[in-house]
Amino acid sequence: MSHSSRSSLLKPGVSRLSRSQVFARRALYKKKKVAGKKEAKPARHQRPASAKPSATEDITKDLKKSLLFNPSQVSAIKAPSHPKGRKALRPTKLRQSITPGSVLIILAGRFRGKRVVFLKQLDSGLLLVTGPYKINGVPLRRVNQAYVAATSTKINIEGVKVSTINDSYFKRESEATEEKISAQKVATQKEVDAQIISKVNEVQHLSSYLSKPFSLSKGQYPHQLKF
Amino acid sequence: MVEVGRVVLITHGSSAGKIAVIVDIIDHNRAIVEGPTTGVPRKEVAFRRVTLTDLVVKRVPRATGSTALKKLIEKQDIVASWEKSAWAQKLAARKTRQNLSDFDRFKKMVLKQKQRALVNKEFKTLKKQVKA
Repeated sequence: MSHSSRSSLLKPGVSRLSRSQVFARRALYKKKKVAGKKEAKPARHQRPASAKPSATEDITKDLKKSLLFNPSQVSAIKAPSHPKGRKALRPTKLRQSITPGSVLIILAGRFRGKRVVFLKQLDSGLLLVTGPYKINGVPLRRVNQAYVAATSTKINIEGVKVSTINDSYFKRESEATEEKISAQKVATQKEVDAQIISKVNEVQHLSSYLSKPFSLSKGQYPHQLKF
Repeated sequence: MVEVGRVVLITHGSSAGKIAVIVDIIDHNRAIVEGPTTGVPRKEVAFRRVTLTDLVVKRVPRATGSTALKKLIEKQDIVASWEKSAWAQKLAARKTRQNLSDFDRFKKMVLKQKQRALVNKEFKTLKKQVKA
């Protein structure tokens, strides 16, 4: 009876023994090489001398080989383009805890620690937030939702008009303009602020809450806190 | 003392934080407990996963049934007297504090500031009186 294979599988695809262990156990190196045995078998891939490859076949073969080992030329081969619509941009999914009017804590950047009001999600997937500027100095601004902690506090911002603000609102203005912030932007900020502040003032302590930055005190761990 | 009818606070597992009553004692380490009014199903529990309270349900026969036990607990008003205890209130306060939102914590801070201001003011006037 023949024995089972030396290296059985621990799991499909994972053999019990490594390649070198199998080599050691097979012990083929102990066998004496029989001289002249090779001559009996003709090499499998050798062509008989009579069938010489044609000239064109040779050239294409050489070209392919050179491309394989010459990366500068490989790039010249055109990669197959993706089927249409495969790479269509999907809209960024807004985190469930963030809804229009929720208070967010900015975690990174110049305004880190500031509590701000979320207004809406822009087409680029970024969040449109404002301090409001008058309360804590954070202007109308775009933030990535990854750099924000959502709190459960919500401000009723129903009826606040921010439909005019979109991604192009934040485009860099031409350097020729002298003034640092255009009068138009100041006006929009004031307009939005006025609408939100009236809503904020309806709730006691909310205005001073927004004006104070978030920080951790002794014995507070963010993963244990509820926001 | 571990006895049939002793009210225990369960500290581990799915019914952690709930009180239950010892119905039967299995051995030195385990007992059968049940809390028909607090949502603890009848089960075996190790004493190390349980803390004994001062409360005892009186006249509980050994290995009594759920309905009989429930009647006894309700008649002796065990749950109410547990909730009145300082221990239970402390646990409840800890729970509410854990569930405060960021805004709630801020409001708590504002109130504490107010309280501190009042206390300090009173303290200063008293101090002056002592000196004078």
